[in-house]
Amino acid sequence: MAYEPPVTDYDEIVENGTCAFCGCNCDDLDFLVKDGHVVGVRHACRLGASKVMEDMDQRLMVPMIRDENGELQEVDWDTALDKAAELIAGAVRPIFYGWSETSIETMKHGIRLGELVGAVLDNQTTICHGPSLQAVQNAGYPIATLGEVKNRADMIIYSGSNPMNSHPRHLARYSTFPRGWFRKRGRFDRTLVTMDPKYSDTAKMSDIWVGFEQNGDYGFYNAIRAAVKGKEIDQDYVSGIPKEDIMELAEAMKNVQFGALFFGLGLTHTLSKQRNIDMAIEMLVDLNEHAKWVLTPMRGHFNVNGFNIFMAYECGFPYGVDYCRGYQRYMNGETNTIDLLTRKECDVFMVIAADPGAHYPGGAVKHLAEIPVIQVDIHWGPSTEIADVVLPGSFIGVECAGTSYRMDGVPIYMKKAVDKPETCRDDEWIIRELHERVQKIKAEEAAAASK
Amino acid sequence: MMEYILKNGIVYDPANNIAGEKKDVMFKDGKIVENVSSDAKVLDVTDKIVMPAGIDPHAHVAGPKLVVGRIYRPEDSRKGVVAPNEVCRPESGFSIPSCPATGYRYSKMGYGTVTEAAMPPLEAKHTHEEIMAIPNIDITPLPLFGNNWFVMQYAKEGQIDELAAFISAWLKITKGYGIKIVNPCGTEAWGWGGNVHGIDDPAPYFDVTGREVIRALSQANEMLGLPHSIHVHPNDLGHPGNFPTTVNTLDCVKDIEKNSSVRNQTIHLTHAQFHSYAGTSWRDVESGAEQVADYINKNKHVTCDIGQITLDETTTMTADGPMEFDLHQLNGLKWANKDIELETGSGIVPFIYSGKAPVPSFQWGVGLELFLRIKDPWQVCLTTDHPNAGPFIRYPRIISWLMSAERRQEMMDNLEVRVWSYKRTGLGTLDREYDFNEIATITRAAAAKIYGYQDRGALTPGYNADIAVYDLNPNDIDPSKEPAAIEHAFGNAMYTIKDGQILVKDGEVVKVVPSHTLWTNVQGFEEQEKAVMEKVMPTFRRFYTVKFENYKVQDHFTPNPIITTVQASK
Repeated sequence: MAYEPPVTDYDEIVENGTCAFCGCNCDDLDFLVKDGHVVGVRHACRLGASKVMEDMDQRLMVPMIRDENGELQEVDWDTALDKAAELIAGAVRPIFYGWSETSIETMKHGIRLGELVGAVLDNQTTICHGPSLQAVQNAGYPIATLGEVKNRADMIIYSGSNPMNSHPRHLARYSTFPRGWFRKRGRFDRTLVTMDPKYSDTAKMSDIWVGFEQNGDYGFYNAIRAAVKGKEIDQDYVSGIPKEDIMELAEAMKNVQFGALFFGLGLTHTLSKQRNIDMAIEMLVDLNEHAKWVLTPMRGHFNVNGFNIFMAYECGFPYGVDYCRGYQRYMNGETNTIDLLTRKECDVFMVIAADPGAHYPGGAVKHLAEIPVIQVDIHWGPSTEIADVVLPGSFIGVECAGTSYRMDGVPIYMKKAVDKPETCRDDEWIIRELHERVQKIKAEEAAAASK
Repeated sequence: MMEYILKNGIVYDPANNIAGEKKDVMFKDGKIVENVSSDAKVLDVTDKIVMPAGIDPHAHVAGPKLVVGRIYRPEDSRKGVVAPNEVCRPESGFSIPSCPATGYRYSKMGYGTVTEAAMPPLEAKHTHEEIMAIPNIDITPLPLFGNNWFVMQYAKEGQIDELAAFISAWLKITKGYGIKIVNPCGTEAWGWGGNVHGIDDPAPYFDVTGREVIRALSQANEMLGLPHSIHVHPNDLGHPGNFPTTVNTLDCVKDIEKNSSVRNQTIHLTHAQFHSYAGTSWRDVESGAEQVADYINKNKHVTCDIGQITLDETTTMTADGPMEFDLHQLNGLKWANKDIELETGSGIVPFIYSGKAPVPSFQWGVGLELFLRIKDPWQVCLTTDHPNAGPFIRYPRIISWLMSAERRQEMMDNLEVRVWSYKRTGLGTLDREYDFNEIATITRAAAAKIYGYQDRGALTPGYNADIAVYDLNPNDIDPSKEPAAIEHAFGNAMYTIKDGQILVKDGEVVKVVPSHTLWTNVQGFEEQEKAVMEKVMPTFRRFYTVKFENYKVQDHFTPNPIITTVQASK
């Protein structure tokens, strides 16, 4: 890694900005601004800094519509919005997918539009921590804010998660390294455990690495539960881990003052899916009879948790909500985006602040290529290649302010640091405009029908 | 200019000593007036009950633990699903309704104001986000202070001036109305998986007791002269034998002098039902309602609300984290928790209050016993501690129980509630029945007085035109004999009028308006606040995980505030 000299050439510093990368939502960033651009970021990790600073790379600048030759052509905002509104108003089974990298304020207009046209509203949870939320619905949700961990925890476990690569400041700012009220010596007062088949960068710096077998999560946690409950383990090895090690670890977990388990997609997406998380939650509940334990899913996008929270308080369900009958319905495997796409039910797809083109299974993307797709985003990506209408938004937390929710549910109002490009619009404005235009079309249709 | 006359109604307005008087109520431009012009629109409510709109002094309707409840209980959201219509958005939920549903359902019952009784300061923005999503009902959020690390330290060191400045600053920062205390020191102990037992058991490490915290916060409250008193959920919630803790809690602030002209009490005891048990375990549990009611009857510095069990499946949620874990161990249903750094904790557990089970039947009896034993209706309010003892939509049913001794007896006789309802409580010996005036007191006038509201809770000229009309002729009905009719009428207001706008007509929501947020802005304490902030900031920077700039509730989170301005120490 080459040495990069610090940035010294800037006009002003915007303090206490919030990072718009992962679910840590670090809110102590200093943006160094020159000529209306962020040229440097202090305190951010490399992932966050690169996202904030290089945001003009492949930036979508102007609205576009795909012409009859299949080429995206630049158009003015009115034309693009009218086209998008016409598609949405005419849809029978629209899906509005994404939302995890935009603000709660934008979602407010999105849900009203969804209710109006009977859309399915879904977010990235459906392909990331969906199993975690299913497990939460099965078994419970013993969570705490990250400061509880910072101030109290003497044991930290990362399971199926490699925060040194995915959430680089998680250990430094919230869990392992910081000096807390009751953990005055920071790292020295804590035991760090990584439970992961892979000897990850996080495992390398842990006190204990438990490298259980691939897909062995369910069996491993089951064995820990048995040990915590004082039961005999009758196999010599469980998921590749010697029974003595499991007994020893369970004993250590029972004897902490405050333990925190963080888990990632390495736990949610192995063979047993949500049953792994069920077992982890049950293990944690058992541990609470001996010591204080909490658990937190390591959420990815900075507002992926925000969408779940927003939807739950607006309509009672966290994601995959279907308004086709006018009222909300939620059924995993029925009303989630990929199910609807692979069943070829969806006829218009709006993607906002997400890139399904890059992440969806082939069958789902194939259907996307066959139906009209409206994209609201800031960067060119695989989804742009299949989009029929492109509406360039703005960068929440840098170019426009907005509310987001951290992985532990703490709300943060992300401030604005620089102006957005003149030709782009705020996400909130775009969705509000779409709502108003669709409302107008629907009113005209109703008036025509009543004649 | 919008002028209206509600003509020929039978008015119950306890704050103005009007009890069942046939008279017109007039309002203009959103306010009650004495006269209107001949252009006024007439709403004929001949022989119908007219009251000020309802005021709920304690419920959980918005905030982080509500949303955890909704996320982890889709089975609750699947109940109560209602399709949208021209006016309303779709609804969902029974014990934890979606935000729009919360507003509509309160409106249908003729309510206009509700207190969100537990707002963690760090997640105050979330609470305000939800308040913005709830239409039709004004909301008074109470920030949690009872386990706050700064508060515990000030209490331990007896620094009441600093504590008052801290409270004054934090009400501005969080846009909160008053001081909420939940299981003082016990929720902090829950940070280590523990609890305290009684008000003299100290919090680990902080070495301060609930008694010291309650007294310090009460003194700070009176020093500032806040419109509401301290709002206390005592220690030992739900434990057999807890009534002495409750009485000691009420008694420990008896000597602290009231410093507010707009209320009478210096302590408000919330969900008293859960705190009025005698005995030593669930085997030998007995009602302690008589002792608690006796204390309240003899002491004017106390008010309370009940937290009446409604015999439903519901979702319990409280900042009393250890109690929720106990509850989970008791019923084995899924447990959620939500601890908030430096401030508070909480837990959420589904619960089935079945009339076939002994404990819920007992709790049902204790709640009603308290209602019937507390003599002065100005000292008691109707709540279910929504959603803890049952959802708020059951208020009309509770009213029907209070008005009909016959109905209560019938429930006990035909085993709608189990024998513990009368064998372990004094309910079977009580035949008091509430009249409409007392109902109006416990559902609106008393709550308004307890919160020091100067714009609602009465039909006084100049007050907000917040009015409920119920389709009942009090001269024509014997509530004792017709509980079903009472329940129906109070659950389906003929009119709910808020700020002069008709929101409900004949039990249907006909108009949706944005809610207001009520918060208290203390003035004249700016220097002290500045000094205390300087002291607090180094600790804040080191131990919170957000920057102070991002901790505050920015103004746009309360787009429709109603600010009560208080001159400190006046």
